[in-house]
Amino acid sequence: MTLRVEFVSPEDLLYSGEGIMVTTRTRGGGEIAFLTGHEPFIGSLQTSQVKVTEVDGTVRLFAVRRGFVSVTGEKVTVLSDVAVPVESIDVRRANADLTEANAKLTTDQHDPFALADRKWAELRIELAVG
Amino acid sequence: MPGGAERVLRRRIGSVRNTKKITRAMELIAATRVARAQQRANAARPYAEQLTSVIEDLAAGGADVDHPLLRRVENPQTIAFIVCAGDRGLAGPYNSAVIRTGEREIQAHRAEGGDYKIISVGRKARDYFSFRAYEIDSYFSGFTDNPRFEDAHRIARRVRELFETGHVDQVELIYTEFVSLGTQRSVVRRFLPLEPTKTLAQAGGADASALISFSFEPSPEGVLEDLLPQYVEARLFAALLDAAASEHANRQRAMKAATENADELITKLARDMNRARQASITTEIMEIVGGAEALEDDAA
Repeated sequence: MTLRVEFVSPEDLLYSGEGIMVTTRTRGGGEIAFLTGHEPFIGSLQTSQVKVTEVDGTVRLFAVRRGFVSVTGEKVTVLSDVAVPVESIDVRRANADLTEANAKLTTDQHDPFALADRKWAELRIELAVG
Repeated sequence: MPGGAERVLRRRIGSVRNTKKITRAMELIAATRVARAQQRANAARPYAEQLTSVIEDLAAGGADVDHPLLRRVENPQTIAFIVCAGDRGLAGPYNSAVIRTGEREIQAHRAEGGDYKIISVGRKARDYFSFRAYEIDSYFSGFTDNPRFEDAHRIARRVRELFETGHVDQVELIYTEFVSLGTQRSVVRRFLPLEPTKTLAQAGGADASALISFSFEPSPEGVLEDLLPQYVEARLFAALLDAAASEHANRQRAMKAATENADELITKLARDMNRARQASITTEIMEIVGGAEALEDDAA
């Protein structure tokens, strides 16, 4: 039995397919993996990656800034307004965002928006390079 | 002045023909854009539906939080009005209809002694309100014919800021709802405060008995806290997409009418021109005949 995986963004369906495992990080809960038969679950996501392992072993990675994951026994839905598949990450843009966030943090090192922007930029760079 | 009237009419027909080519092109462009805008509205639906379904599950799980977006004020003093019009004209009554609906709401609230803030979306809304010396709080434009989620995000951020800091007690959203290709209407919707989660869930058609019990991380309240801002943005985005589809539908209709008018005008002008030409020919013949007869008289 496989999991039906859907990745929904406000503008379109980013991904839809069959998988055997989905891994991500929820806010406050750390890393979590979903297999078929997982108990019904709704989680709020950290700025992190979402990893979908497809039936033939192919791994698909997405960078997610924020969002939710909703799981029932046979279906995993990821909802996110800011998410990119790893292969379409724009590293130059991420680097620019990182520089900008760091500049803001030198004036106010607790600026929550800049901190979130930095984390998001770092994640994209890490995933695109690694 | 034989021939003069004819020449003037010929020139006018030429210019009407050119206008007709332009309106016809605009009509065709608008028609394809309506289709695309509708497609985008459909593509945006799953996200909004999924968010609502998560809210349903949360409500069933008994989550109820005291979120700033739910803050309800008995007699709202200051109301923010988000008026969504277009950036460009030539769209029939589209802009004026939605702007007038907005103005009516604002006037009604002022008549009760309340204060207002205008968040204008689209160049036409800003032009109208600033010309009439209304005070505009913030202004967004450049995307009304093809809005991105990013735009909804920017507007929502400003609106939340106003609402969460208590600068406004209520937010009304005024836009043009796309009912069908033939029908669009200006509507006024309560945007903030949000209805309590239970009501949102029922509006989404939740069937309490069919719900499974979920576990939540970090907690039902924590998820809801993250979710409500997203829900606000998704709603605003849906409204922007509806407004864009309505704008294109209105423009298509207006340009179709303009093309038909041009056709009628061309027929009428062509008739006038022929009459003028025949008149001038008749005059010339009369002159020739008159001249010939005069010569005959002389010879006799």
